[in-house]
Amino acid sequence: MHTIGFDIAHLLAGSMLVLSFVLLYQDRITAVLNVFALQAIALSLSVAWQAVFQDAPHLLVTAGVAFVVKGIIIPTALHRIVRRLGIHREIEQVLSAGPTMLTGLGLVALSILLVMPAGESVSVLVREDLAFALAVILLGLLMMITRRNAVTQIVGFMSLENGLVLAATGAKGMPLVVEFSVAFSILIAFIVFGVFVFRIRERFDTVDVSALDQFRGERGDRA
Amino acid sequence: MALILELAGQTVQMFLVLAVAPLVLGVTRKIKARLLRRIGPPVWQPYIDLWKLLHKEAVLAHNASWLYRVAPYLVFATTWVAAALVPTYATNLMFSWSADLIAIVALLATGRFALALAGMDVGTAFGGIGSSREMMISSLAEPAMLLVVFSVALIAGTTQLSSIAATFVDSSVGLRVSLGLAMFAFVFVAIAENARIPIDNPATHLELTMVHEAMVLEYSGRHLAMIEAAAAIKLVLYFSLLACLFLPFGMATIDRSLDALAFGVVTYLAKIFALAVLLPIGETAVAKMRVFRYPIFLGGAFAAGALAVFLLFVSRGF
Repeated sequence: MHTIGFDIAHLLAGSMLVLSFVLLYQDRITAVLNVFALQAIALSLSVAWQAVFQDAPHLLVTAGVAFVVKGIIIPTALHRIVRRLGIHREIEQVLSAGPTMLTGLGLVALSILLVMPAGESVSVLVREDLAFALAVILLGLLMMITRRNAVTQIVGFMSLENGLVLAATGAKGMPLVVEFSVAFSILIAFIVFGVFVFRIRERFDTVDVSALDQFRGERGDRA
Repeated sequence: MALILELAGQTVQMFLVLAVAPLVLGVTRKIKARLLRRIGPPVWQPYIDLWKLLHKEAVLAHNASWLYRVAPYLVFATTWVAAALVPTYATNLMFSWSADLIAIVALLATGRFALALAGMDVGTAFGGIGSSREMMISSLAEPAMLLVVFSVALIAGTTQLSSIAATFVDSSVGLRVSLGLAMFAFVFVAIAENARIPIDNPATHLELTMVHEAMVLEYSGRHLAMIEAAAAIKLVLYFSLLACLFLPFGMATIDRSLDALAFGVVTYLAKIFALAVLLPIGETAVAKMRVFRYPIFLGGAFAAGALAVFLLFVSRGF
């Protein structure tokens, strides 16, 4: 069971999960972007290793797309946005790091518990990949919930998508068309986000989304 | 005859740890001073300090109870016993079967408990602050330490340190993320437990944020010597644990020839002193933390330890 190939797959997927935790923990915006780039690189390495391991050369294309789009283009663009917004030195107040980490650990445990019975019949490698991918997705969601800065929320979304790609490569025989459409939709979503961030800043002079709360219309001041 | 040899092996280990501990402390201080462009005291200064303290009069506060006088010896004894149980240059030493990794953690906790009580005994404000902070740190560090123990024990199938080291030495374990995470968590815990820099500053008595030094502020003479020796041994103990769990190569396992044992001692000393050089380098690179950041620092260690255990469960199944 424990061949070196399995160990390397475990190492790469595991390091993606660890980097998700680092994203959750880190409160400096530039550092968050760098960690995100690192996670994308870990993802592309993991996918490339799967390509070798499963003998599926088309996964190499996926790895390349992940590396170029998410490892290079999106982080550089985000760095530029952050610089233009003038928030690259900012330290974001992460809402209570301790409970967030504990919640994250709970989510990891949950995804392992969910995948274990579902993956009885498949190989250990696929089961493990699915568990890690689900955990990365849930941690991305958690990051989107706990952050208040629009840019780090975008990073949470992108890291969620990293988890999706990891899950997709673990399953055998995903068509290349799906990969490409996912990659492009991510790019387009990123452009929309970029425009959005600037619009928010223009209106409210901040990218802290808690400024939007008072415009939601729920807290009507009828009293 | 065999019994005498085994006893000799164990005695060598105990006195090796005791003899080398002040030197390790001296090396870390020297390296740190050189990194800060000071000349620093010579590396054998801790021996001289201990000698001096042992010959000075011990000054006691008027309201000090028996606890205050007993605590230093208790701390020294528990730490030394714990250090004797960690395999350093060879596995399967005579005492190694009497206690496992969890017992070592418990022994250290006993010493810390005694010291915290002694810190509060005289009733000065500083001692109280130190004790309360020490207890806070240990309550945060111990869960992380236990998770490290669990993840190592899950891989090796035992909590017995000798067997763990023997399993890891023959490298059938392979590449494990869990071990890397466990090592990360262990280093964090070791920094906190030894009152090193991001958590506590071992070099000063005159800072409001001090923890360990605040507890022992009232001690003098032979009592202080015991406490300082115990602190030095504790540092060596954590170095030895790190070497034994994560870098166990070079240890004498089955081969009990004199050559293998000598090789074990040499590699052990090399590992210890390499760590003693790395520690001050790490220390000079970071700044001291605020007290309210400790839970985040040690929470990181806890998270890494918990992840290590989780990852093991994924790859093994339940």
